[in-house]
Amino acid sequence: MKKRTWFLMTLLLSLGLVLAACGGGDDEGSKSGDNGDGDSEDKFSVAMVTDVGGVDDKSFNQSAWEGIQEFGKDNGLEKGDGGYDYLQSKSDADYTTNINKLIRRGFDLIFGIGYLFEKPMGEIADQRPDSQFAIVDGVVDKPNVASILFKDHEGAFLAGVVAGLFTETNKIGFVGGMEIPVIERFESGFRAGVQSVNPDAEVQINYTGAFDKAELGKAAANQMYSSGVDIIFHAAGATGNGVFNEAKEIKQKDPDANVWVIGVDRDQYDEGAVTVDGKEYNVTLTSSLKLVSVGVKDVSERTMNGNFPGGETIEYGLKEGGVGIADSRGVLSEDILAAVDEWTDKIVNGEVVVPQTYDELEAFSAE
Amino acid sequence: MSFLEIIAFIVPNALFYAAPLIFTGLGTVFTERSGVTNIGAEGLMQIGAFTAIVFNLAMADVLSSMTLWVAILVAMVVSMIFSLLLAVASVTFRADQIVTGVAINFLALGLTLFLVKKLFDGHGQTPMIQERILRFDIPYLSEIPIIGPIFFENVYLTSYLAILAAIIGWIVLYKTPFGLRLRSVGEHPMAADTMGIKVNRMRYIGVMISGALAGIGGAIYAQSISLDYSHATISGQGFMAIAAMIFGKWNPLGMMGAAIFFGFAQSLSTVGSSLPIIEDIPSVYLFILPYVLTILAIAGFIGKSEAPKALNIPYVKGNR
Repeated sequence: MKKRTWFLMTLLLSLGLVLAACGGGDDEGSKSGDNGDGDSEDKFSVAMVTDVGGVDDKSFNQSAWEGIQEFGKDNGLEKGDGGYDYLQSKSDADYTTNINKLIRRGFDLIFGIGYLFEKPMGEIADQRPDSQFAIVDGVVDKPNVASILFKDHEGAFLAGVVAGLFTETNKIGFVGGMEIPVIERFESGFRAGVQSVNPDAEVQINYTGAFDKAELGKAAANQMYSSGVDIIFHAAGATGNGVFNEAKEIKQKDPDANVWVIGVDRDQYDEGAVTVDGKEYNVTLTSSLKLVSVGVKDVSERTMNGNFPGGETIEYGLKEGGVGIADSRGVLSEDILAAVDEWTDKIVNGEVVVPQTYDELEAFSAE
Repeated sequence: MSFLEIIAFIVPNALFYAAPLIFTGLGTVFTERSGVTNIGAEGLMQIGAFTAIVFNLAMADVLSSMTLWVAILVAMVVSMIFSLLLAVASVTFRADQIVTGVAINFLALGLTLFLVKKLFDGHGQTPMIQERILRFDIPYLSEIPIIGPIFFENVYLTSYLAILAAIIGWIVLYKTPFGLRLRSVGEHPMAADTMGIKVNRMRYIGVMISGALAGIGGAIYAQSISLDYSHATISGQGFMAIAAMIFGKWNPLGMMGAAIFFGFAQSLSTVGSSLPIIEDIPSVYLFILPYVLTILAIAGFIGKSEAPKALNIPYVKGNR
């Protein structure tokens, strides 16, 4: 009897492990087969490791992956070893393992997507001085790591301009993930944008403390909308799904409700779609775009051409086409769009320097 | 925000957050009362959430507004069938119940993510559902001054169903012959056996009730809060439900109180920044509040919580 029990237990546990492994990296198994040993060795290959958001997080992981796919297509690479690929991290503990896996599979350039990679990538860069790495949204000061930053604050500034001009209640909300420098940039830029065009508007701030807790985003949005806020800008990853969820729910109850969400990182128009009594509505006003794909592609190209920007920190802003705002599908008036263009020009030619910290924001508002 | 507005925000929000915990917690109360430890609540919730989302996505066009409720029922059934694994291993084969529960958790996460990848061509998460659980105002009741806005305006039906379920659970457990039998099997299975109660059958029923209710809990969470299914959809709620059960001393009503309390702590951390006094507390303390309270509760600060005596011990006929 005892033996049977253990057999059953072992079976259960190993089945679980096998399935978990399948879920994680099914590309490895299916793709390694069609790559001969030698034929792709001379080709440049590139791979990325996602953070816990996953490769279709509808945010920067997805955008980075799109950049790599585009790069792969432009250069005739195939998905898999010797071409381009990604590994998904299920928890923070997977970062180091995943990077090492990709090194062993022989990729020439490995991207870590997200601020959370700073520490694991710093450690591995020391252990593997011959490998080339790049990190998005963080800075690792090592000769074999290129750091890619985005001037998120410039995109957020434009979102602030839109919100400041579009609000009817003069109350605007900001929902952030964790209180980290990246999100501080979003908040500072956004508030500066609002102030520049509408000094009377009040901006309510709420940090939920997590990027993957939709219920917290939903609660925060609920509180803001019920206190009269009509536009919420979120910089909170999957927590922001809760903000959309809340806005859509209000819209569904009352299609005339004046609630809007400004998306982040990529065009989140699809997230805002809601159907009430057969009629289509959308709560997405616009989105502050962070074209991670532009940066990822640029660094990949430079590296392929032998100019790996190791040890450098490259910033992509409005000027470089790395940030911007999304099409509003006709919701924004000509006047507002004209104002956005005007401020874009001012930022591009250096007339306005968008603040990226609280201190700079104070100095900015003092002017 | 005025004081009333704040209360009118916190209360529905706390109930809303508590609903999945109450259903899952109620399920674990039933299993543990029958003498089987259920660490697998998290995994059962995952199965429920996954089933509900997939069903909702597939059938929304056909069933329209009924989709939600049918999805909850389907999730309940699938989760109940899945929980049979726990029952077979730990009741029939007398395997270690903790280990089996942990295995269930691993299996559920791996299996659902694997299926998501297979069903949605390689994506790590499902698309968002369009038919979801919505807020509504209860007619007439919501017009009562003060109480109306707090309890009956902008509420979710699921919050009230959860409370109702907990009350029914309490009645079943304490006021019916079935409940008495279930509890006796968890306290002193041999005595129960001598009185002609089929111990293993009762334990099977306990585990299956838990599977069904955890499935409902997961389905409600997925269809009201996350709206999609990914690895992060159910992250710790099952364990929070187990904590609520211990906090509530294995009593359905106590468990419900604990779950609502967790919900309260959660909403407090959201609304805290607009409350006097609380706004001066650094937000990190508010974020960890639910977890700290749970640890304090489990560490015995709420008085001794006594588990059913035969919990975690397989029953072997004739053994003393």
